[in-house]
Amino acid sequence: MATGQVAFYFFAGLLPLVLVAFFTGRRRALATAGDGHLHSRPGYYGWYAVVWLAVPGLAVAFGTALLHLMGLASLPVPMALTASLAAAAGGLWLGLRTVHPDLRARNIVESTVRWLLLAAALVSILTTLGIVLSILFEAVRFFQIVPLWQFLSGTTWSPDTAFLGGAGRSGENVAQAEFGSVPLFAGTFMITAIAMLVALPVGLLSAIYMSEYASSKVRGAAKPTLEVLAGIPTVVYGFFAAITVSPWVVTIAEGIGLEASYSNALAPGLVMGIMIIPFVSSLSDDVISAIPHSMREGSFALGATPSETIKKVLVPAALPGIVSAFILAVSRAMGETMIVVMAAGLRPNLTANPLEDMTTVTVRIVDALTGDQEFDSPETLSAFGLGLMLFLVTLVLNIISLTVVRRFHQQYE
Amino acid sequence: MTGSGFETSKRTQRRYRAEKRFKALCIAALTLAVVFLAIFFGDMIRKGYSAFAQAKIQTEVTYNERSVEIPLAAVGEDVRKLVSRGWLRLIPKQVEANPELMGRTITRWIVADVQVDQYLKGKHHQLDAEQQAVVDRLVEEGRAELGFNWTFFTHGDSKMPEMAGIKSAVVGSLYTLMVTMLVAFPIGVMTAVYLEEFASDNHLTRLIEVNINNLAAVPSILYGLLGLAVFINFFGVPRSSALAGGLTLALMTLPLIIISTRAALRAVPDSIREGAFGVGASRLQVVAHHVLPLSLPGILTGSIIGLAQAMGETAPLLIVGMMAFIPDYPTGVTDAATVLPAQIFTWANEPARAFAALTAAGILVLLAVLLTLNATGVILRKRYERRW
Repeated sequence: MATGQVAFYFFAGLLPLVLVAFFTGRRRALATAGDGHLHSRPGYYGWYAVVWLAVPGLAVAFGTALLHLMGLASLPVPMALTASLAAAAGGLWLGLRTVHPDLRARNIVESTVRWLLLAAALVSILTTLGIVLSILFEAVRFFQIVPLWQFLSGTTWSPDTAFLGGAGRSGENVAQAEFGSVPLFAGTFMITAIAMLVALPVGLLSAIYMSEYASSKVRGAAKPTLEVLAGIPTVVYGFFAAITVSPWVVTIAEGIGLEASYSNALAPGLVMGIMIIPFVSSLSDDVISAIPHSMREGSFALGATPSETIKKVLVPAALPGIVSAFILAVSRAMGETMIVVMAAGLRPNLTANPLEDMTTVTVRIVDALTGDQEFDSPETLSAFGLGLMLFLVTLVLNIISLTVVRRFHQQYE
Repeated sequence: MTGSGFETSKRTQRRYRAEKRFKALCIAALTLAVVFLAIFFGDMIRKGYSAFAQAKIQTEVTYNERSVEIPLAAVGEDVRKLVSRGWLRLIPKQVEANPELMGRTITRWIVADVQVDQYLKGKHHQLDAEQQAVVDRLVEEGRAELGFNWTFFTHGDSKMPEMAGIKSAVVGSLYTLMVTMLVAFPIGVMTAVYLEEFASDNHLTRLIEVNINNLAAVPSILYGLLGLAVFINFFGVPRSSALAGGLTLALMTLPLIIISTRAALRAVPDSIREGAFGVGASRLQVVAHHVLPLSLPGILTGSIIGLAQAMGETAPLLIVGMMAFIPDYPTGVTDAATVLPAQIFTWANEPARAFAALTAAGILVLLAVLLTLNATGVILRKRYERRW
């Protein structure tokens, strides 16, 4: 039976039980109280019964499902369904016996809800743990095959022969697979740098114009327009970079006598820069607006023009915020995947020429995991090694950025 | 300072020129961004609009035992090379679905081969002179024309561009987003309510907060690695399924929903809470009866924008295998599925020329949906937002 169907039958069985529980709990409380006093409002006794129903029912259901998924023990589906619904009904029966007028139903229900909310909040911690552990676990297996130092300092990335070892053809004459990540990071930094060369000036100047010069009408039109840029999916930017901008770059390069590859690093860099413009501009806009008006007025009172005020007062005052926006934008550009997968090359290439094709960390992760290789092959595992590096770099950048911006906000509170 | 009047005014003029230059620079930056947007949309429309039209040919289709065996025999010799072979291959299915067709000959409009389509649209094609003459004659007789491309909306993916459509990807997207929202919306809202209304300021709370801010900035592809390692390899969720993709996207959307919900909850003034406490409400009652209903528009706006982002996301879905070739639409969350952005990615990699137009058309559909979603979110906020 499909998982969806099982879940459907379970909830289809549970839902009427919930209704029964709520109304019997409520009626029972009212009946036992007679005309006397009830500790909580009657509805709480209904919810109290629902708690007694749902906790054992869900516990048994999730327990059996988990055992099944981890392959430890497997009950036949109808039996598991019956068991969990029976546990629910049993819990309800026990719960109803405890209903009496002095029962602090509200307190019990509320603390249950509180635990439920806390459990939901812990999901985000579990997600982080999941990311760290899942990447770390596979990355460790990768680094057992490939020494960490070789990975960090090697300048050749050619994993393509890795699968031959798995196929038992690792003879002397087969070239050794090499996992030196330097060219991948070089490509990532190159494309990130191009992107920031576009995004930082355009984003910052747009933000300055919108917060300092524009009338509220222009601002009201310009802001949503920039936000449209942020709403365009990356796969669309990737298509645009690959099919429109790359040929432009090649044509222009030919026009000035240079040779450019069709999967050059410049096109994805430029398009990624445009994608990041709204990110930089909205973050900078926030910090520039957060600067107290008294600073602007002080500067104007001394006779400074608006541009002098911006350059000599506002930008220095907002610098921590702008730096923080810049760092966040760098972190985002480094982790960006679809644009580079579609428009940048696959060939690891250590070069300083943006007109050549270069590959990036994210391209290699996608390439390693969408191929038809065994999951245990070094090439597949290399994706997790690269993922770990990417995670660490972006994490450090995020932490720096958050710290810087917090200092900034404390300064003007 | 004893500068003469002449010098001062010269300097002032220089400063005013600098002022004008700077302002022009700012305007240029903003214009550049807007011009890019215009170029981008112009380019997509120019590349994609032609895919919304499709060449059709009117011909006699014979349904009999022979044409079920050899679909090419169903149409006359003159148009045999001009109609879509992909369409002809559907003949056995048509007969199966509607047995009355057997033994009849019907004159109907059928999808033309992609080369005819490209020829009629004036694009690069591979028809020889003789075939061109036949097509020209058919057009003159009114038996061949460009009509609206219904195939694009009613078919799944195909290796033949004239038979390829977005239906299976749209259905896959719907299933995936359903899973995403069923998981991310309740958990996100509950987390935000806990952090804003219930939690005391202790180490655990601060850890959760820092954590959420960091999760919001983790590159999306790493969520793909998480989904692959945890959902697929550990929990055994079927690869390529809407369930695997939806759960992965849910974790990715979660921080967004939490952050926007917290902002919406914070916008409700404390006087509301104090009033409710004052008449004896418990904390849960304050939240459930007053704070949540008042902040609902803000929560919904944030969730719709999160939904739009999840809908456009591709990278983590590639990692969990949702870029498979899916001709038939999935019927459940555990079937192999693809989503609209992944379909666009797959088409973008197809070498056949006609796929470029299909890719751009798919992009136009995706952008239309996303812009509508975002606009709905913004309008919802404008209409129901309360200023306290």
